[in-house]
Amino acid sequence: MRPVTLRRVLWTCSALAAVLLVVVVLALKLGAVPISVTDLALSLGRVAIGRSDQLPSEYSVIVFGLRWPRILLGILVGAALSVAGTGFQALLRNPLADPYVLGVSSGAALGAIISLIASPQFPLVTPLAAFLGAALTIAAVYLLGQREGQLDSGTLLLAGIISASFLSAVIMFLMTTLAGRDLRGMAFWLMGDLSTPLPAGLRWILLAGLLGAVAAIYTTAADLNLLIAGEREALHLGVDVTRVKLVVYISASVLTGLAVSVSGAIGYVGLLVPHVMRLLFGSDHRLLIPTAALGGAIAVVLADTLARTIVAPTELPVGAMTAMAGAPFFIYLLRRRLP
Amino acid sequence: MSPEMTSSVAQQGAADTARRSSAEIALSVEQASYAYSASARQAPTFTLEATSFHARQREIIAILGPNASGKSTLLQLVAGTLAPLSGRVQLDGFEISRLDTRTRAQRVAMVQQESPLIFPVRAWEYVLQGRHPYGRTLRFETDEDCGIAMNALAQVGAEHLRDRWMDKISGGEKQRVILARALAQQPLLMLLDEPTLHLDIGAQVDLLERLRHLAEENRYIVAVVTHELNLAAEFADRVVLLHRGKCLRVGSAAEVYQQELLEQVFEAPLAVEQTASGRPRVVVRGKNTQ
Repeated sequence: MRPVTLRRVLWTCSALAAVLLVVVVLALKLGAVPISVTDLALSLGRVAIGRSDQLPSEYSVIVFGLRWPRILLGILVGAALSVAGTGFQALLRNPLADPYVLGVSSGAALGAIISLIASPQFPLVTPLAAFLGAALTIAAVYLLGQREGQLDSGTLLLAGIISASFLSAVIMFLMTTLAGRDLRGMAFWLMGDLSTPLPAGLRWILLAGLLGAVAAIYTTAADLNLLIAGEREALHLGVDVTRVKLVVYISASVLTGLAVSVSGAIGYVGLLVPHVMRLLFGSDHRLLIPTAALGGAIAVVLADTLARTIVAPTELPVGAMTAMAGAPFFIYLLRRRLP
Repeated sequence: MSPEMTSSVAQQGAADTARRSSAEIALSVEQASYAYSASARQAPTFTLEATSFHARQREIIAILGPNASGKSTLLQLVAGTLAPLSGRVQLDGFEISRLDTRTRAQRVAMVQQESPLIFPVRAWEYVLQGRHPYGRTLRFETDEDCGIAMNALAQVGAEHLRDRWMDKISGGEKQRVILARALAQQPLLMLLDEPTLHLDIGAQVDLLERLRHLAEENRYIVAVVTHELNLAAEFADRVVLLHRGKCLRVGSAAEVYQQELLEQVFEAPLAVEQTASGRPRVVVRGKNTQ
């Protein structure tokens, strides 16, 4: 009997990838202009054999110009937020940790907004500023969350919520005094939004940063299994605690910063998805991290499809959808932990 | 890590197997001291003065003393998680605190009061954690690891707990599974921090008898921090008595357990009785019996 084998990781991930594929097809099909599966298959087939010039132009624009980039962005952002949540939960030894709840997303958003106001001509600075905002916020929340030298679960959550509210106030202040011109657009972005197209260079930074950070967290997967049971125990079992914490801290901040800089603060994905994956596949991080990445992608693409279709042709911010599902779940987890 | 260190680590690993079966391995604590202070400039808030003792394989050392006497500090020095300010703490000739974390975990196992588990695990997964220092980067466990873990569970008589959740078993059962995880580390030196806390007297005796037996069978050096003077007298080959950061006595229980000394150290009216087996027994003198 073995807990997790490489084969099990690969099989589980393949199954989840298949689910993701189904969700992506659904997301391509559904929307303000519904497209039948046959038409979709025909279009995809034409693209596959390299004859995309034969596509009916309106399909081409809707499916490949609008929906496809948005789905791709949803996959990347969902995976990033979900893995960041898994990382923060292990790092802080708190099952309620999530980039949004801890205020890390707000910190990243503040960083992004400052860079947008200060240097709108350099869009590539935004993810860096968002990363710095995320890293500073989680450091502050970590320090504020201590009580008598010990990390205290309740205090940590309060510190996160207070930080989120303070940072949101600063963001509102900056937006009303300095930005002014495009208030609705920014407010929409703050709620979490995938509809804004990415600047060209950013797409590759996002992809490279995301893969790098997820890979870095994954190298510590076996260590995280022990770290989550306690730092002292982990140390005596041969875990280099300082190094592992640093790797997870930086990587999770990078993931949050990247996700927020392209899609705003989409909440609760990092909370909800890892928990569902734990219920399905157990809490071993060697399986949890890849499944959380795929599950996060599935969740965000689904949520965004709902956000596009529920009150079509009007669109909701995707963050509103995830918050409506995630906040009640958060309360459920909070209640369950109490005696 | 420098190439020099890497090669020395590899050599140590290769030497381990040979060492376990051949020469006598010893723990030697020589004039080791430590001091805690709030900051570098301030006077230390607690000092453990130079302490010395030695232990051979199959020996159980009990570290005794009232609260704040330096027991935990001494244990951390022996575990290598603290480096001594002066003196030496060596296992088999290697300074323990200088070993890298993984090598140390292959040689020294610690059984301590567990932090509460956030996400529950089953007993056998818990025991498998003891194989962590032997794994590669992603550390998927091998069949050998699983065999060693099951063997460790059997050695503490806890095979039937294999599939139980760690948060759903009794204190005594949990302590046995924790001990099994330490066995799975296949250490040379086994350290236990108040292992009998929260256990009823039956489970306490059971645990220490097991420990005695395991020390014999696996040739461990065992050091136990405990408050239980009588259990220490019964099971330890040697006791180290600490008081306010000073090491007062090292020796057999019969040598160390002297009424005046114990009364002074523990600040309680105590009497020491000699039993037929030669192991002393400590009892509390009621105030009205005087």
